[in-house]
Amino acid sequence: MSTEIREREALFSSKNIKLLKNPLSLSNPITVQVLGICSALAVTAKLEPAIVMAISVTLVTAVSNVVISFLRNGIPPRIRIIVQLVVVATLVIVVDQILKAFVYDVSKQLSVFVGLIITNCIIMGRLEAFAMANKPWPSFLDGIGNGLGYGLILIIIAFFRELLGSGSIYGFHLIPESFYELGYKNNGLMILPPMALIVVGVIIWVQRYYTRDLIEKN
Amino acid sequence: MQEIFNIFIKSIFIDNMIFAYFLGMCSYLAVSKTVKTSVGLGAAVVFVLGITVPVDYMLNEYILKAGALEWLDASFADVDLSFLSFIMFIAIIASMVQLVEMIVEKFSPALYSSLGIFLPLIAVNCAILGGSLFMQEREYQSLAQATSFGIGSGVGWFLAIVGIAAIREKIRYSDVPAPLRGLGITFIITGLMGIAFMSFLGIKL
Repeated sequence: MSTEIREREALFSSKNIKLLKNPLSLSNPITVQVLGICSALAVTAKLEPAIVMAISVTLVTAVSNVVISFLRNGIPPRIRIIVQLVVVATLVIVVDQILKAFVYDVSKQLSVFVGLIITNCIIMGRLEAFAMANKPWPSFLDGIGNGLGYGLILIIIAFFRELLGSGSIYGFHLIPESFYELGYKNNGLMILPPMALIVVGVIIWVQRYYTRDLIEKN
Repeated sequence: MQEIFNIFIKSIFIDNMIFAYFLGMCSYLAVSKTVKTSVGLGAAVVFVLGITVPVDYMLNEYILKAGALEWLDASFADVDLSFLSFIMFIAIIASMVQLVEMIVEKFSPALYSSLGIFLPLIAVNCAILGGSLFMQEREYQSLAQATSFGIGSGVGWFLAIVGIAAIREKIRYSDVPAPLRGLGITFIITGLMGIAFMSFLGIKL
């Protein structure tokens, strides 16, 4: 007996485009919403695992957003966290098995962090904040957008860490031999965990310098 | 006995959850504004890790591992359920957190009022699931070792969050460059604390 008028919205209306674009900068999951930091830092010593991780997280976020959005009216609020966890955990098991089957080396490098996608705050955060209250298609776009925003930061961090730490990009050596002969050395500290935090700090610094609205008041 | 103690020290200082693996960063950044609340959350994490890691150890040892079902019947010897471990672990964690919440509420209302609000947060804290997954990956030999690893990682997490909260309380009075305020400076300080913690790498256990 619903009397609501169904507005047929274009698939890529400006509102929907915004859902896709905003997480890339203004509401970036990592640097602004502060979600999903754990894995962002741990997998970024090299570019390859970072890209695989970015793709996996994007897929899981988008699909789980859609599933929860379909189920949203049937989930009792008291047990919603468990329902969400089960949906996400199932998807992550699928991703984990696919990674083990096709890119075994990367899956070994990512070790426990594939499993930790389950508790990645981005996914739970988007499910709670968006998918529980919106239709499947916007939820899908929101999931893709946030996954890409997360992936973007991951790739920037990994790019700098791999370039400065091992002198290569995606496994190809970029720094010419002659540099090493002149006494250039790879900065081993970049590979170690603490530098990931400092690189993220610097990215936040640069972003907030250009978008002044994001500055915190202290 | 010495082995158990070594695992304990190692998981606090060398394999610190925050500084070496960045687990539980989200709540670490969100809740570390004052020392008081971070002590509460830290204590809750120690508590929950101390319970879930041994329970998940038993689950892994007797149900999930390749050939673990042999105690049931010899014909199950080549059953390997380890692909189910994510969903089983998270289910155990979510239900244990619920159980702990109920027990604490019943028997110690004072503790409940100080930990209570943090307990539901903990079910989705990566440090907890990470503890179980590391326990599975590192293949600890006995229940005691797994327990000491669980409690040790919790204590390491506790130290990290209380440390950063104390620093953030002080840094409020300093003149941080505007774009770096809040989140940015917290990341950089955590990085510096991580470098300091790297000095423990020299300890041979």
